[in-house]
Amino acid sequence: MVTNNMTIIIGGDAGQGVESSGAGFCKALARGGLHVYSVQDNRSRIRGGHNFYTIRAQADPIRSWTEPVHLLVALTKESVEIHASKLVKGGAVICDSSLKVEAEPLEQAGIKLINVPLAQLAKDSGGSKVMSNTAALGALAGLTQFPMKYIQSVIHDNFKKKGEKIIDINYKVAQAAYDYVVEHYGRSFEWNLQAVDVEPRMVINGNHAIALGALVGGCNYTSAYPMTPGTSVFEWLTTHADEYGIVSKQMEDEISAICAGIGAAHVGARVIVPTSGGGFSLMVEALGFAGMIEAPIVIVNAQRPGPSTGFATRTEQSDLLFIIYASQGEFPRIVLAPGTTKQCFEAGARAMNLSEKYQTPVIILTDAYLANSFRTVNKSDIDFSSITIDRGEFLTDADLDKLTEKYKRYLITESGISPRAIPGHPKAIFRTTSDEHNEIGEIVEEADIRNRMHTKRMKKLELARQEMRAPDLYGPAQADVTLVCWGSTISEAHEAIHMLNSEKKDAANLLHFVDIWPFPVEKATPFLENAKKRVAVEGNYTAQLAQLIRAETGINMDATILKFDGRPFSPEYIINKLKEVL
Amino acid sequence: MPTVQDYTSVHRPTWCPGCGNYGIWNSLKAALVNQNYELHDVLIVSGIGCGSKLPDYTEANGLMTLHGRPLAVATGCHLANHDLKVVITHGDGDGYSMGGNHFLHTIRRNLDIVDIYQDNKVYGLTKGQYSPTSDKGYKSKTSLGGSIEEAVFPLAVALAAGATFVSRSFAGDTDQLTWLIEQALQHKGYAMIDVFQPCVSFNKINTYQWYQERVYKLQDDPNYDTSNLDLAFQKAREWGDRIPTGIFYQVQRPTYAEQVPTLGKGALVKQGLRNSVPESIKNEFV
Repeated sequence: MVTNNMTIIIGGDAGQGVESSGAGFCKALARGGLHVYSVQDNRSRIRGGHNFYTIRAQADPIRSWTEPVHLLVALTKESVEIHASKLVKGGAVICDSSLKVEAEPLEQAGIKLINVPLAQLAKDSGGSKVMSNTAALGALAGLTQFPMKYIQSVIHDNFKKKGEKIIDINYKVAQAAYDYVVEHYGRSFEWNLQAVDVEPRMVINGNHAIALGALVGGCNYTSAYPMTPGTSVFEWLTTHADEYGIVSKQMEDEISAICAGIGAAHVGARVIVPTSGGGFSLMVEALGFAGMIEAPIVIVNAQRPGPSTGFATRTEQSDLLFIIYASQGEFPRIVLAPGTTKQCFEAGARAMNLSEKYQTPVIILTDAYLANSFRTVNKSDIDFSSITIDRGEFLTDADLDKLTEKYKRYLITESGISPRAIPGHPKAIFRTTSDEHNEIGEIVEEADIRNRMHTKRMKKLELARQEMRAPDLYGPAQADVTLVCWGSTISEAHEAIHMLNSEKKDAANLLHFVDIWPFPVEKATPFLENAKKRVAVEGNYTAQLAQLIRAETGINMDATILKFDGRPFSPEYIINKLKEVL
Repeated sequence: MPTVQDYTSVHRPTWCPGCGNYGIWNSLKAALVNQNYELHDVLIVSGIGCGSKLPDYTEANGLMTLHGRPLAVATGCHLANHDLKVVITHGDGDGYSMGGNHFLHTIRRNLDIVDIYQDNKVYGLTKGQYSPTSDKGYKSKTSLGGSIEEAVFPLAVALAAGATFVSRSFAGDTDQLTWLIEQALQHKGYAMIDVFQPCVSFNKINTYQWYQERVYKLQDDPNYDTSNLDLAFQKAREWGDRIPTGIFYQVQRPTYAEQVPTLGKGALVKQGLRNSVPESIKNEFV
């Protein structure tokens, strides 16, 4: 028996509740004290097409998902065909008896077929066929011996808006499936899940962690145009708008979303504008506008594969260089690429402060995988007390009351940062323009002022560079190979070095960048120079971080491991490729 | 109380002598003074174009944005601080071409803002191409044989989108224009003023004289009913020998900000940033 260390896939057609079942089971496992790590694989459609939800569960913290699957819950025959080959020997498939899945080929591979009349049990328990997924959760709990009370608590929460009667029917449906599995298949399955008595952990995805970070970081305005996979940052803040005093505005397109955000920021709001690469492309001109007028604004780009529409619901890390250089002309910007849940939370809050401190756009660069992946995190790791709101050189009404001279919004200072007022005070009436301007914001064309004003703005980039953090080194200080990555790839790379080091001491370590731009040259160089062999691991074709590192430090990678099929890396994939490239 | 002189920056306009923008600028300043707006309570948002330089010459808070985008920027300014009186000044290319999408959707929201179009029926700052309001057949550097496209009827579009205040004036009649801007400032909701603005350098057709021979005032007819939408549509499409000006349509509807719960507590940026978020919010993820 293997307790509390297994991977489950729930697969089925879009519209069958794969996502809600997956999310529900993640939550139930977390309430049972287990760590969970999930990967969603969705097609871009509302109904039909195969979707699946991978859940890794264990008692110890999880760095990443891994490829071997122990249990498949197949809501369609197709999902057996797609996933059966991933099952380990001794693994099992739970499916509705009516699908008439052939047992023999599975049994030859050492896989058990657990036929359960899910739809029939749902009907017999007073429910309907649509509750098959509730039955599947019950069957899942039955086979893994996971306590039903956690399944029930999730059912309760999911259906509480629909009333006690619906909750009760779903309880019965889940219990019937649980009992059916225990009665017909006993306790024969090799993997089981047992509750652990710990303080319940949060189950949160990357988008929600960023939104929560932004909220704690003082965000009070958001505008967006819905675009997968960035939308749930916007939706979460919208859900909490009334309670926390946020203005949330859905706009007519991404151009207006960022423009409204810039307008709100200009008059003093703390702004976040979430989107994906296509939306960001539309925002590019306004990004430069924010840079020019020195408006503090935070943008989230949850990347998906491009170019153009690409894969609407899938993942990639191919916008890095675009994000760093987007828009005509030169202006300072800051780019953060968090990879873990905790880093997402911190980036949400940090971006708010950085944008106001440097009065310039800050972009949080994530991807579909990280945006949607639900993972457990300790409440203490989402540390509100570590967040303080810093508005930078922001002039309050009291400061402005004391002004004796005309206020200069773009005062040329040594640091490049001009003390900032917002419109509305009698002593700080000022103009702002996307044209080049003088200290009081009037349009100018003189070469001298241009030189001084452009230098002033660009100085902020150098100032911000000093604050950018060094990359994080995971694993042994010295190793045969150093994996170099950014953003969400930290998870699989981290698990990969763990696997490699358990086979051979000091085989690999990992250098992960969250702070990408302005590139922390001085802090990163020693780590890079210290590496024996550098291998960039990136979700794109052109090794964009590797290019950036070479441009900024002159240091080359020894090899690259790249992936651009819309699916996240796996640790096994990285390890296999590593053997090929070295 | 401020004077017109207070609203006039030492930074002098770069508009061509005789440009219709002078009339619009003078009327806007006069209207703000007449309505007792303090300089610091006003935010003039513009786009890019000759007319959009107006904030540069005006001693009030000004925000000169991108071509086509002032309404989108103004939306954020207004929602984050609806205590500021937001006035938008931009041209026909900016508002009806590049900003066409924002034009439609800003109207739908009924934000309490004043939106002034400096409509010269030509692209001036880029030196003479046809614009979305150029009449069909209008010859320009990019419509050599005359514009093939039909001109947009911006007031009709505004009416169709649900505007609560739709009006038109003429830069050569600053009395009427000042009065209209004052009406727009007093209107609770989105107020649109399309202003005929002769371009003395590039539009040799729609001149001061051309307009003077054609314009007539709807409000000269005491029976004109500004609440009659069908009549407003009819007048909005009236074009040729006689061209109506004045208030075409006006109706009261709740403004956007009035319907946002967060803004019930006052202007967003005056509410202060929240001190803390309770730990209990984490429980929604448990």
